[in-house]
Amino acid sequence: MTDAFSIKIETYLDGELNAEEMRAMDTHLRQCSSCSADVLAQLQMKRANKMAGLRYSPSPALRSKIREEILRDTSPSWQRWLAIPVLAVLLIGCGLYALQIHRSRNQLYSELIDLHVATLASANPVDVVSTDRHTVKPWFQGKIPFTFSLPELANSDFTLIGGRIAYLGQEPGAQLIYQIRKHQISVFIFQDKALSNVAAMPGKKFSFSTDGWSSDGLRYFVIGDASGDDIQRLAQLLKSAQS
Amino acid sequence: MFAELAMPLFDQLYNFAHWLTQDRSEAEDLVQETYSKALRGFSSFQAGTNFRAWIYRILRNTFLTSRTGLRAANTPLELDEATEALAMTETPESIFIDHTNQKLLRDAIDALPLHYREVLLLCDVEDMSYKEIAETVGIPLGTVMSRLARARGELRKALQGKLARRSND
Repeated sequence: MTDAFSIKIETYLDGELNAEEMRAMDTHLRQCSSCSADVLAQLQMKRANKMAGLRYSPSPALRSKIREEILRDTSPSWQRWLAIPVLAVLLIGCGLYALQIHRSRNQLYSELIDLHVATLASANPVDVVSTDRHTVKPWFQGKIPFTFSLPELANSDFTLIGGRIAYLGQEPGAQLIYQIRKHQISVFIFQDKALSNVAAMPGKKFSFSTDGWSSDGLRYFVIGDASGDDIQRLAQLLKSAQS
Repeated sequence: MFAELAMPLFDQLYNFAHWLTQDRSEAEDLVQETYSKALRGFSSFQAGTNFRAWIYRILRNTFLTSRTGLRAANTPLELDEATEALAMTETPESIFIDHTNQKLLRDAIDALPLHYREVLLLCDVEDMSYKEIAETVGIPLGTVMSRLARARGELRKALQGKLARRSND
């Protein structure tokens, strides 16, 4: 055995000698039986250590627990970073949507009120003049792409004055004029698809009483300067005619 | 990213933790705390550096601050670490280890002082390079080599004694 080599056997077996030393050791081992035997013994010892060292196995429960912890801790991290802008975008989106709905509704009623006022200001507010629903309704045939039902008013204080074609968003619809006492009320009927996705609802717009609803693909609007109760009653009559 | 790097090391880390603590329950706590700390400190890990050495270092440091770890670390080493690595001694054939002698070997490794046991396990079981061991344990390369030599020498001595006693029985 040569001391210079024997003291390097461990480092040699651990793979920590540099390339030149490794080659020198290989050459020496071919010539030195004592060092070769020592290398063999220490190699077996190293392998035995490895076998003995791989002794303990973790329980599946611990593995699951740690995996869950990692998932829990890493998820909020990316979710947090992602959630902030996503939430902001959602909030802004919802706000813009609500604003858009509000604007659309205001714009829709403004246009309808304009139509109502313009009609009443006209020298010829209606194109078909009749108190008979069976005259007014057929007049619209071929003029608008839908049909509708009108209520019997015999037992009410409403009177049908007549009707005309109205345009909203470049779509044709029916405008019916009713009267109660001295007040004239417009009933507009348009196709649902022709209007923006704005829900009509009872209320007051620019001091005009309004009501609105959707039925069978048609959108109904009732607008006038009569009281809200009168508008509601006329709306109920119209709704009952459709059912 | 963290899970991809850390979970493949789970079995090895547990094995090492159990060797250090010599107790299943403590090993489980140690591994769990290690993963927890590593996860929290992952942002400080520099990509491209040695993740294995990094997480083993966390495990080891966590262990050393535990009661068991403090006790084990305070066990005095017989050899002055400034001295050179021990010269190799002849390895008698009697210590060749077969399966029946594995318990003897495990007991002998268990009985090694912590600072010897850990470098031996990191080198022979975890196949870490000296550099990785130095990084994990936080000691110079020369100290890794001297501790390894000392650990192996102690192990041989212990096994020789055990085998001799057994053959005399």
